[in-house]
Amino acid sequence: MSTMRDFRIWRGDETGGALVDYQVEVNEGEVVLDVIHRLQATQAPDLAVRWNCKAGKCGSCSAEINGKPRLMCMTRMSVFAPDETVTVTPLRTFPVIRDLVTDVSYNYEKARQIPAFAPPPDLRPGEYRMMQVDVERSQEFRKCIECFLCQNTCHVTRDHEENKRVFAGPRLFIRAAELDMHPLDTRKDRKEFAQAEQGLGYCNITKCCTEVCPEHIKITDNGIIPMKERVVDRRYDPLVWLGSKIFRRRS
Amino acid sequence: MTEIERLSFDVVVIGAGGAGLRAAIEARLHGKRTAVVCKSLFGKAHTVMAEGGAAAAMGNVNPRDNWKVHFQDTMRGGKFLNHWRMAELHAKEAPDRIWELETYGALFDRTPDGKISQRNFGGHQYPRLAHVGDRTGLELIRTLQQKVVALQQEDDANPDSDGCIEVYAECTITEILLDEIGRVAGAFGYRRESGQFVLFQAPAVVLATGGIGKSYKVTSNSWEYTGDGHALALRAGASLVNMEFVQFHPTGMVWPPSVKGILVTESVRGDGGVLLNSEGRRFMFDYVPDVFRSQYAETEEEADRWYDDPDNNRRPPELLPRDEVARAINAEVKAGRGSPHGGVFLDVSTRMPAEVIRRRLPSMYHQFKELADVDITAEPMEVGPTCHYVMGGVDVDPDSTAASVPGLFAAGEVAGGMHGSNRLGGNSLSDLLVFGRRAGAAAAAYHSSVVGDLPQVPESAVAAAVETALAPFATESGENPYALQQELQQVMNDLVGIIRRADELEQALVRLAELKERAKKVSVTGGRRYNPAWHLALDLRNMLLVSECVARAALERKESRGGHTRDDYPDMDPAWRRINLVCSLRGDTVVVEHRPLPAMPVELLRLFDIEELRKYMTEEELAVLESDMTESAIGQSGVEAGAEFGAGRSGSTADGKEGTSR
Ligand SMILES: Cc1cc2nc3c(=O)[nH]c(=O)nc-3n(C[C@H](O)[C@H](O)[C@H](O)COP(=O)(O)OP(=O)(O)OC[C@H]3O[C@@H](n4cnc5c(N)ncnc54)[C@H](O)[C@@H]3O)c2cc1C
Ligand code: SF4
Ligand code: SF4
Ligand code: FES
Repeated sequence: MSTMRDFRIWRGDETGGALVDYQVEVNEGEVVLDVIHRLQATQAPDLAVRWNCKAGKCGSCSAEINGKPRLMCMTRMSVFAPDETVTVTPLRTFPVIRDLVTDVSYNYEKARQIPAFAPPPDLRPGEYRMMQVDVERSQEFRKCIECFLCQNTCHVTRDHEENKRVFAGPRLFIRAAELDMHPLDTRKDRKEFAQAEQGLGYCNITKCCTEVCPEHIKITDNGIIPMKERVVDRRYDPLVWLGSKIFRRRS
Repeated sequence: MTEIERLSFDVVVIGAGGAGLRAAIEARLHGKRTAVVCKSLFGKAHTVMAEGGAAAAMGNVNPRDNWKVHFQDTMRGGKFLNHWRMAELHAKEAPDRIWELETYGALFDRTPDGKISQRNFGGHQYPRLAHVGDRTGLELIRTLQQKVVALQQEDDANPDSDGCIEVYAECTITEILLDEIGRVAGAFGYRRESGQFVLFQAPAVVLATGGIGKSYKVTSNSWEYTGDGHALALRAGASLVNMEFVQFHPTGMVWPPSVKGILVTESVRGDGGVLLNSEGRRFMFDYVPDVFRSQYAETEEEADRWYDDPDNNRRPPELLPRDEVARAINAEVKAGRGSPHGGVFLDVSTRMPAEVIRRRLPSMYHQFKELADVDITAEPMEVGPTCHYVMGGVDVDPDSTAASVPGLFAAGEVAGGMHGSNRLGGNSLSDLLVFGRRAGAAAAAYHSSVVGDLPQVPESAVAAAVETALAPFATESGENPYALQQELQQVMNDLVGIIRRADELEQALVRLAELKERAKKVSVTGGRRYNPAWHLALDLRNMLLVSECVARAALERKESRGGHTRDDYPDMDPAWRRINLVCSLRGDTVVVEHRPLPAMPVELLRLFDIEELRKYMTEEELAVLESDMTESAIGQSGVEAGAEFGAGRSGSTADGKEGTSR
């Protein structure tokens, strides 16, 4: 069963752009990404869109659909009313490259600033013993597909470009939490680091990030809140961090 | 003159999946200035989609497992067409590569005593797949990605160190460039974001570009799988082996049409799921081939007992290698016993409590719920074959992964030989790690060997690459790349699919030749900035070239084996087992040549029962074994010493560890 549907898609680049109207065929069972692909094949060959797996596994196809941050490949057309116009716009928090494609490098830069996994130096491959209950908490965070929908949604940076310098965002908070809870990570100051260097203090636990996570990771309850605890009763010495020179970038 | 960004590295790795990242890490650990180039964002390569697990004979769940059994299973799965040396290295080194991931921070699911848990999979005799729920590929790629970042942090902290590792994401390589005497000198491509051209000057290039599945209409593969690495290798003068073997995974989604082909992981069967036809019959019992008869259960009762007591029962036929299951499903559907949407039923709902299903198969539960409105804890899934993996690939030296062109290496799905005519599930992820590491080490060693005499990229070659890349903009109102791609996918699906026939393959070659001509006239509009029509126009040329190789090799091989089934030659033929088909490019034409398969050393042959070998091999080959029977056994060290010739080999293998209960 196929019908004609109304789509509005933001077309443009960093110099500006506008919503463009399209009428396009939609078939039973299709997702928004299918429709975008049909538009490319029939009406707008150069329509820029990022995608990979079309199975909700890679986190490439993030966009805002009728204002809601979502994966295009996991948004079925059946969730919209038959006469509803579907509006697709690029993620608002990141600079536009072209059409639906944004520059998400901010997230990779922040990831590069978190001190890496630090296993016990004397432990050899194959000697690791960990119980399932002990790995489960970190495993939840490792489900993250890096779609950056949470990063896009968080109000701290959504309309505040200036906060990006000091705020790493929910995706990176759960990365810190994952390492903090990792049975083999030897660093004891992950919480302090999150507070002092990642801007955890800016988060006021609105839970908007959790709501948009396609992997249903309980970002706030299981990641952010535990990271905020205890920080109060430990001291953090920024000089130690500076001394480690971990952030000195190659010139 | 078009502006070109020029960069210079010791080693350039094309591809940031499991193989590419592992290769890059190794090259950097050898102190090389290393670049990783990939078409998508960092951490989103196809490997991210792998679900079931990575096969490695760690023996954590069943202590009887060891590399020899893994080797045997791999050879059987590939119907003995595998390059024995690759299968051997893979089986021996896989456990170390998995354990190593833990030292990078990976968190696999655990056994009750705290070791890495291992699950059953088709064709593996023991539970062997290290996994994390059904998102193992994500764990693998994220772990390697984070290791790359960790190395970058080290480099940042030590600006004076020799090596480095840089990632060039959303950058597509369109050509490997050679110097005047035919050595690799660099790689040329464009940045998707800006459309700007970039030239990586490097004496060593590792291809880790994955597979070719996007040439088929129904596939589990992502858009990246346009066979770029295969085509780059061909155009650089290297050859491809085993291209006729394409794996159709038996269980892809079949409904709704827009998700047709998306994978339903084999773990569903490994964990107890059964295949049923429209009459409710577990039809796989009717399809156990003679070569596997002794290893598979004959009754449902025995099959069901196997899950709890694998030592005293034989395994269920649902866990036969993929080619067997895919053909069986195809036959059931043809015989009119299929499901409403042209597949068969795969049921877990009657086999496990809902809560167990949700815990063990979370992404499958999610996938069916969200995409098909099916609750797999309450009703069966509908599934059918989908194009999944290409066994064929760049012809490489097993130990060093070197292709025939000096400076060119290949690892992962883009390399051929390891899996023979059919890959076992789980053997790819471990293959990526084992041969990715070897490729990185060999590329580093190669760089050291030519550092005094580095190849130079001829400017004429750069100019030619620019011209080819810009051609689609120069053509006006020509062919639509999207339409051409769809036609190609239809041709491959209909005429070079799961069951093949000479007349259809000949027809396919005619159609492919037409498409090739039309592709020369493909035109695109708009600018160079993130223009998907342009990207596709350039990918098309690779897809067409690689599809031609598949069709030509498929026409040439007149037998049925693994991922190559001929309606007109339905049997496996021992004479054909001794032959590899090798594709190369002469001018514009693909040529297919016969080459004898390297013979397995006696020590490895002895791992098998002679009666089993008789099913695959000619008497002539087995004569070695019989005459040799009387001599005293040479022992495993003999294999090691005798076969240890490759470059870039360092570190230990898992040999010494077999039998221990690590
Ligand atoms: C749905 C699914 C499930 C699977 N499950 C399993 C499983 O459970 N166990 C298992 O062992 N195997 C599994 N496989 C198979 C396995 O995932 C793949 O074979 C494997 O991941 C391939 O890895 P790779 O490193 O060779 O390439 P990939 O991970 O595909 O990476 C290829 C890389 O090359 C880059 N690239 C390609 N062309 C170019 C170019 N021209 N220029 C620059 N970069 C380029 C891409 O951007 C990408 O980064 C599965 C496959 C699928 C599709
Ligand atoms: S809970 Fe914190 S991190 Fe999440 S959206 Fe709200 S402010 Fe941002
Ligand atoms: S935490 Fe969830 S929303 Fe955020 S990037 Fe990961 S998967 Fe996406
Ligand atoms: S395309 Fe991979 S998540 Fe949508």
